[in-house]
Amino acid sequence: MDLNQRYQNLDERDIDPDVLAHEEDMFDSSSQGSSTQTSTITWINWFTSYPGHEYFCEVHEEFIEDDFNLTGLQSMVPFWKEALEMVIDIEPEEDSSKIPDVSIVESSAELLYGLVHQRFICTKAGLAAMADKYEQGHFGACPRVFCMATHVLPCGRSDMPGVDTVKLFCPNCGDIYTPPSSKYAGVDGAFFGTSFAALFFQTYPEFLSAPFCVPPQPPTTASSYLPNTSSLTSPSPSPSAPSSSKSIRPTPDRTIPLRDDILLPSPPRAGRMNDLISPTGGETYINPDPYGGQKPALGKKYQAKIYGFNVSERAQSGPRMKWLRERPERYSDLDKVDWKGRWKGTNVSQGQDLGMDMRMGMEVLDENVGKGRLFDDDEEVDDDDDEEEEDEGLGRGVGVRG
Amino acid sequence: MEEMSTEESDYADSWISWFLSTKGNEYFAEVDEDYIFDRFNLTGLNSDVVAEYPKALDLITDSLDDEALDDDTRETIEHSARFLYGLIHARYIVTSRGLAKMLDKFRKADFGRCPRVYCYSQPLLPVGLSDIPDQKAVKLYCPRCEDIYSPKSNRHGTIDGAFFGTTFPHMLLMVYPQAIPTKGQPVGATTGGLMDLRGVQAVREGGIVSGVGGVGTLGSTANVALKADTYQPRLFGFRVHEEARLARWRQAQRDQ
Repeated sequence: MDLNQRYQNLDERDIDPDVLAHEEDMFDSSSQGSSTQTSTITWINWFTSYPGHEYFCEVHEEFIEDDFNLTGLQSMVPFWKEALEMVIDIEPEEDSSKIPDVSIVESSAELLYGLVHQRFICTKAGLAAMADKYEQGHFGACPRVFCMATHVLPCGRSDMPGVDTVKLFCPNCGDIYTPPSSKYAGVDGAFFGTSFAALFFQTYPEFLSAPFCVPPQPPTTASSYLPNTSSLTSPSPSPSAPSSSKSIRPTPDRTIPLRDDILLPSPPRAGRMNDLISPTGGETYINPDPYGGQKPALGKKYQAKIYGFNVSERAQSGPRMKWLRERPERYSDLDKVDWKGRWKGTNVSQGQDLGMDMRMGMEVLDENVGKGRLFDDDEEVDDDDDEEEEDEGLGRGVGVRG
Repeated sequence: MEEMSTEESDYADSWISWFLSTKGNEYFAEVDEDYIFDRFNLTGLNSDVVAEYPKALDLITDSLDDEALDDDTRETIEHSARFLYGLIHARYIVTSRGLAKMLDKFRKADFGRCPRVYCYSQPLLPVGLSDIPDQKAVKLYCPRCEDIYSPKSNRHGTIDGAFFGTTFPHMLLMVYPQAIPTKGQPVGATTGGLMDLRGVQAVREGGIVSGVGGVGTLGSTANVALKADTYQPRLFGFRVHEEARLARWRQAQRDQ
């Protein structure tokens, strides 16, 4: 970005007109045309306000006029010169008769603008512009119920145009969604790019949910039950239990039916659990990683039920995807997994050593802490047990039991 | 007979078919008249629950003579009839005939498709978060990612969830296991090298699971879920530290 700005400064001194003149010889009237804001609406204004283009922010004209920012785009856009003229509102040349149809230039201009947009939103100014739009909810809200209408951010799955349409990234569930309206079906994902979403939340970590989630506690019984049942309470909260989170949540821009109010989580419960999580104590709910998400996660998950009974994990239709939305209770839990996504300490290489697995089970049993690995599949509650036991057996670091 | 004919018959054959054809009611299945006529199925539904219960029931079954009613009453009855129909509907769709009808609608994707990109437009099923009316609006359950989503349209977003119930989608998938989708990309789509690798892993793991617990390959969570695709945020091609760690943790959670 520094580089960009340096280049921009350079431009403002003397290069800008030169570069343009370099490219096309007859740009006498152009410099005034591009720099003076005429009373008429600019092409960029028109383009960003066009229905279906709500996700785009306005790229600063200086950014487009800086030739450095357009490096490599010339080969990707047909009718480059005409498209560029259109985008920055330069009067077309007299001999524009060689262009068969203005709509071709139009689509070229859109492509050009999109590709420049992809670069622009990764600059400081672009990120700030998009943060404004994000806060105002211009990109919509996450369709997932338990994300409580968290604002989403447009992103692409490819940096090359013509591959995929724009998708929406939710910073709470970390998943991507198809835009709700078909009017966005024509917006190319490359106009936002693959890096933008990640860069945005690195720049503004206050919008990103922390990777861990404090388990919800029933407020009435919390104090009396906590010492013994802390291992049983999560990570599948009962639907009635409020999930702890603070009110930094952006206001939903969509009108939710009134009765959904009941769904909204109640303010965080001050007390023990929080003490356990953050060594600093009190109500602070901070992510030890200063570059990570700083927003308390909305960790509530859906539990499939038939007549009030949880669907068994052993059922053919049983839950298989709980892990997809799951979060550890503490930040330190993330350390228990190695770089390959396996629990540290359980050195069972996949499909190789059955005996090892058995031994692990025996060890856990020997430690006299309840059920072993062999019974993993019984119930999800047991899974949590197991996890806690591993914690005690291996880590012993975090003060789980007061 | 001409005096008996109700106003609705001008528009449609019956109140139910008129109701179903109204915009915003696309999620509802047609409840058999036999089912409504059987008083046993209406146990617990009475005037305490539904205002103007007898007349609303008459309206649903097209036997209401509403010539003598003023507009206000008619509106109340109309409102009650919709409410009553919803409650009967919630009971009906977990019967075998109701499930069959809803399966048809599910196959036609009448309830919409999952907005999650890696669910590959999986058709959804309506679900309530409460069986008590007037609590929460209807949500949509995706059998692929096993999560619930809000309906796209506001028209559907205001339907009471109790008209479908908390049980329905899970009952449907239990009765029709062939409707359970695979977790990964649908057959016919291209798979990359990574996918093949994971496939091999799945086979191996399947061996272990059936060896130890006798659960069988079908029941293993890791086995089925291994094929599920997830989104990996990348910054100039590099994975983001914290989100990658969370993804690995979830992977461990899945495989255990």
